Amino acid sequence: MDFIEGLGASTRISFNKLGRGTHFLVQTISGIMSVLLRPRLLTKQLYSVGVMSFLIITISGLFVGMVLGLQGYYTLSDFGAEETLGVMVAASLVRELGPVVSALLFAGRAGSALTAEIGLMKATEQLSGMEMMAIDPIKRIITPRFLAGLISMPLLAGIFSAVGIIGGQIVGSGLLGVDEGAYWSQMQASIDFYDDIVNGVIKSIVFGFVTSWIALFEGYDAIPTSEGVSRATTRTVVNSAFTILGLDFILTALMFGDH
Amino acid sequence: MHNRVSGQDNLVSVRDLTFSRGNKKIFDDISLDFQRGKVTAIMGPSGTGKTTMLKLIGGQLFPDKGSVFVDGQNVHKLRRADLYNLRKRLGMLFQSGALLTDMSVFDNVAFPLREHTQLTESMIRTLVLMKLQAVGLRGASQLMPNELSGGMARRVALARAIALDPMMIMYDEPFTGQDPISMGVLVHLIKSLNNILGLTSIIVSHDVHDTMAIADYIYVLSGGKIVGQGSPKEIQESDSEWVQQFMTGAADGPVHFHYPAKDYIDDLMSSGKRY
Repeated sequence: MDFIEGLGASTRISFNKLGRGTHFLVQTISGIMSVLLRPRLLTKQLYSVGVMSFLIITISGLFVGMVLGLQGYYTLSDFGAEETLGVMVAASLVRELGPVVSALLFAGRAGSALTAEIGLMKATEQLSGMEMMAIDPIKRIITPRFLAGLISMPLLAGIFSAVGIIGGQIVGSGLLGVDEGAYWSQMQASIDFYDDIVNGVIKSIVFGFVTSWIALFEGYDAIPTSEGVSRATTRTVVNSAFTILGLDFILTALMFGDH
Repeated sequence: MHNRVSGQDNLVSVRDLTFSRGNKKIFDDISLDFQRGKVTAIMGPSGTGKTTMLKLIGGQLFPDKGSVFVDGQNVHKLRRADLYNLRKRLGMLFQSGALLTDMSVFDNVAFPLREHTQLTESMIRTLVLMKLQAVGLRGASQLMPNELSGGMARRVALARAIALDPMMIMYDEPFTGQDPISMGVLVHLIKSLNNILGLTSIIVSHDVHDTMAIADYIYVLSGGKIVGQGSPKEIQESDSEWVQQFMTGAADGPVHFHYPAKDYIDDLMSSGKRY
């Protein structure tokens, strides 16, 4: 009986939170127009959310590309197909690893920072203070960060994939002797703009949307104590990772399921 | 104890207010009035809901029952836009100062001006410097909030609260954790701003001595009820044991030293659960 009661209570709490989260999202989106009228609010957040994530994305992209080059070469060389290394590296990155890994890194780097920032603003009464100054904290604080996440994510995923392809080329052509012309030309011939690149961009936009939403809502909904903010930050990273991976499966099935 | 509701020019009127958090009743059908142009204090032991009262007046919380009128408007019946318009005419000084930590002192004070007015930057600069001069911190305009002491942060927050020339300021525990000099400065500032700018002030505090020095009228709250009200002199002479315990700081009285618990000996002797 206790188990059923507990299950009922936790289901109710989850639905309650989902409702609050949805309400929060609607309010956030309704503030987009006012942010677009004040682009300086957005550019500041683009810097802290996007530009500050640039280094981790670039370095990670380079290493992921190099590992792909190495692993791909050993597998493909068994079949004498080393020349298709470029296709393998680029397709893996553009379709899957670029959007997914960069979103996971984004959740860890920018998402956790957003949750901690908003949670601490709540704990130190800054959000409450804004409300009392007749300034809507959602429009002034949350929406610019949400938009910045939404814009930054596909750009970061693009950079991740581009740097990864270069990393694969450094290992494949530079170290393992794959013909450089074949690496690029095979890639050019096989990677489709709509099927591969556009679908990858759509994935990264979806991931940017959910990661920013989760990070900002967890901060806004955090219990305003140091422990509450700490737990909220952890929840952001964990929930974002689950959501990104789950959505990736669904999106992949929808986009590439009929091939 | 007399009631001063009738026949006075009240800026804020709280009527038959009941408010609960969970199962705990914070206010139980109470009415308070805050006279225009005066400094009114709400006093009482910690946890009596003094800050909650300010949040109810500012429309940040909703009562279970009763109403709050500010300048003739029922705060909890206003549409969001009208509530925000009303809040532009209210200033609130939070206990922590609530300064925006990513902005300098100057930008914090300029914040409401930039958000709510179309003034030019040079005019905003003049206004900000005037407000900072009023609180004695013009020289600190380029400091960041983490470089300020607690007392300075509260003075900056005060400068920000008066930036839009409000009709009323609500002070949440302005004296808590202040050294005697900062305390003296704040007491002087609150009184002089009230008189010079023609403001109405509501102070929430449990600091008996300094609040008595500047308040024109005092409400003492405890257990969700008003246990005493009147001028500082009337409060001091009150024969209510609630008021007397609060004024003298007696450890036990109507407000118990011990949080409600089961019998002490029984508790010690029982095996109990592991804590």
